[in-house]
Amino acid sequence: MSDPRHNSSELPSKPPIWNDPKYRALFFQIILVAALFYFFYSLVSNTLGNMEARGISTGFAFLSEKSGFDILMSLIPYSSDSTYGSTFVVGLLNTLLVGFLGIILATLLGFTMGIARLSKNWVIAKIATFYIEIFRNIPLLIQLFFWYIAVLGVLPSARDSHSLFDRFFLNVRGAYLPAPVAEDGMIFTGVAFVIGLIATFFASKWAKNKQIKTGQRPPLLLIALGLLIVAPLLVFFISGSPLSWDVPKLAGFNFAGGIEIIPELFALLLGLSIYTGAFIAEIVRSGILAVDHGQTEAALSVGLTPAQNLKLVVIPQALRVIIPPLTSQYLNLVKNSSLALAIAYPDIVAVFMGTTLNQTGQAVEITAMTMGVYLVISLSISLFMNWYNAKMSLVER
Amino acid sequence: MFVTDKILPELPAPQNTKGIVHWLKVNLFSGPVNTILTLFGLFLLYKIVPPAVQWVITDATWVAETRDTCRGEGKGACWAYIINRFDQVMYGFYPADERWRPNVAGIFLVLLAIPLFIEKTPKKAWLAGFILVIYPIIAYFLIRGGSFGLVPVDTNKWGGLMLTLIISFAGIVTALPLGVILALGRRSTMPIVKSFSIIFIEFWRGVPLITVLFMASVMLPLFLPEGTDFDKLARAMIGITLFQAAYIAEVVRGGLQAIPKGQYEAASAMGLSYWKSMALVILPQALTLVIPGLVNTFIALFKDTTLVLIIGLFDVLAVVEKVLSADAAWLGFHTEGLVFSAFVFWIFCFAMSRYSMSLERKLDTGHKR
Repeated sequence: MSDPRHNSSELPSKPPIWNDPKYRALFFQIILVAALFYFFYSLVSNTLGNMEARGISTGFAFLSEKSGFDILMSLIPYSSDSTYGSTFVVGLLNTLLVGFLGIILATLLGFTMGIARLSKNWVIAKIATFYIEIFRNIPLLIQLFFWYIAVLGVLPSARDSHSLFDRFFLNVRGAYLPAPVAEDGMIFTGVAFVIGLIATFFASKWAKNKQIKTGQRPPLLLIALGLLIVAPLLVFFISGSPLSWDVPKLAGFNFAGGIEIIPELFALLLGLSIYTGAFIAEIVRSGILAVDHGQTEAALSVGLTPAQNLKLVVIPQALRVIIPPLTSQYLNLVKNSSLALAIAYPDIVAVFMGTTLNQTGQAVEITAMTMGVYLVISLSISLFMNWYNAKMSLVER
Repeated sequence: MFVTDKILPELPAPQNTKGIVHWLKVNLFSGPVNTILTLFGLFLLYKIVPPAVQWVITDATWVAETRDTCRGEGKGACWAYIINRFDQVMYGFYPADERWRPNVAGIFLVLLAIPLFIEKTPKKAWLAGFILVIYPIIAYFLIRGGSFGLVPVDTNKWGGLMLTLIISFAGIVTALPLGVILALGRRSTMPIVKSFSIIFIEFWRGVPLITVLFMASVMLPLFLPEGTDFDKLARAMIGITLFQAAYIAEVVRGGLQAIPKGQYEAASAMGLSYWKSMALVILPQALTLVIPGLVNTFIALFKDTTLVLIIGLFDVLAVVEKVLSADAAWLGFHTEGLVFSAFVFWIFCFAMSRYSMSLERKLDTGHKR
């Protein structure tokens, strides 16, 4: 190796191979791959050996075997004669149901509380602050137990249910709501609504064009309300109100008819939406505060009304800040719904990773399938988020 | 023409521009909508606060030998239920004679940690390093026992608030270095290292902690060679560490991205190797920047430790929910147990979140122009 101090006229020779960053990188990566390979090799061989020793056969054949247990709540026809495969579907659908309803409720609660915390009304702002600070800082599991055991568990029996207008009932067996039953002519109202939706889409394009051309903004909200609500309602009444309500009735010791919400689902929804709502409220608040006050001043000084300012200036900019953390809260809500296990709501973890795994002992397959479900949900939500971020990010000129 | 030659005394400001009436008018009754909202809010408070205060404080029973003292018309919460077995809530099944050991470990940690919160302490980084590396080893030997003449206490006897604190502290201690390495890996230029880090991080962030704990308790024994086995606590800790490391990695990555490129370039211009430039230049800045984020992940971890109840460990929630409530002489005080454990967690989490907020404010000023 030549010392550059002595041969200053020559170019410094290439560094030795163990100091060349390129070869070093290659070397480290080869080591990593080898280590990973060894890790997974020993993992797989250990697992296969252990399973053989315990007499568990590998493979997905167990999915078509008879399950032999009942599930508390199912969105598809299911009985103990169904297969283990259908326990997977039942659990998955229950998870999706609670995720979907939970997201809607948490969003409503979170936006209300986030805006309320910014209210000029002192009482309302303080109530919202207390709500956020209390529920954000208590573990979700405790909250679920609280709703399930301490609140829903001490409700009266079916005979002494709490009722609202004799239509809605709440007792220890769950909540009961009237179910809408569509009759023959209901299809017309549906068609009218779809037409209204399409018409609203075109109306908004027309309104935008008109605003660009003339500077005047047509009352789009009124038009949309008319098209989406008034017109379908008119059709509904003209076609003779073809909708009846299936009201739950006390039959024996329990209610029959209507929509039944089992207490497990009710507690889970309460817990998830109140807990996640507190986080969403903080996101909404910081999103609104992130819009500089100068924006509002500028909007008012060019002659927008306060309502227009909110709608056209503040909210679009606040949403840009709100949406990314909001989606990750949605993701958290779906993942947290797995705590259903603790209060026996039959979601995918409770049914499939719990009961089915205990009965079959197919730990590897079942864990992989369950985690796969959550990974697919997470990845699709984060793909959506990336797409949305790209669409909404500031286009700088 | 009359001209007065007296100066009139100053009148006080009109009643409605100052004082409580004015404040009420502006803040609560400034319009019909606001008035309705205020009344609604007050109604809500009236419905919730007085009954809650009555139940928790005024009507509560603090001292009771048996369950019957707590029961009866107009009786509120039965705190005697918790107080009578407070030791178990704190330590689980840890032997009574040995409880000085976790106490010593706890006091030692508090004494070590106090200087960290004092502005002028020199060599804070060394102190933090000591707490994160050396202290856990000392604390483990102290609490676990089995050497230095201490009676061994099996981990299945650990429980209560002690276990909650141990799991969350050990979780952060083990997950922090792993998370930092993963964050560096994700920013690496080596394609295999980078994609490995991304897959690792996204996998653990994509699944719920329950499934991770399940996997750790059901599948870990399958993964290991025949004959090797961990106890339940160690299995849970492995799951929590991997899970938490992924979240920490993302927080640290945020810090790494916030360091200007000039710092990286300056470090390599000084002739520092990769590891030296990371350890001496980049990470000290990046980690300081993300302390609030780390505290927030720690809060999340702290709340998540309650899930170990599901795999059969006895943290503070599990003790009140499973052990205390199973006592036949004291049936029917679930609510008290839940409210108590909620209160314990709330105190810790609220304090930490306030701390992280104040840190954020403190760090923020450095960047204001």
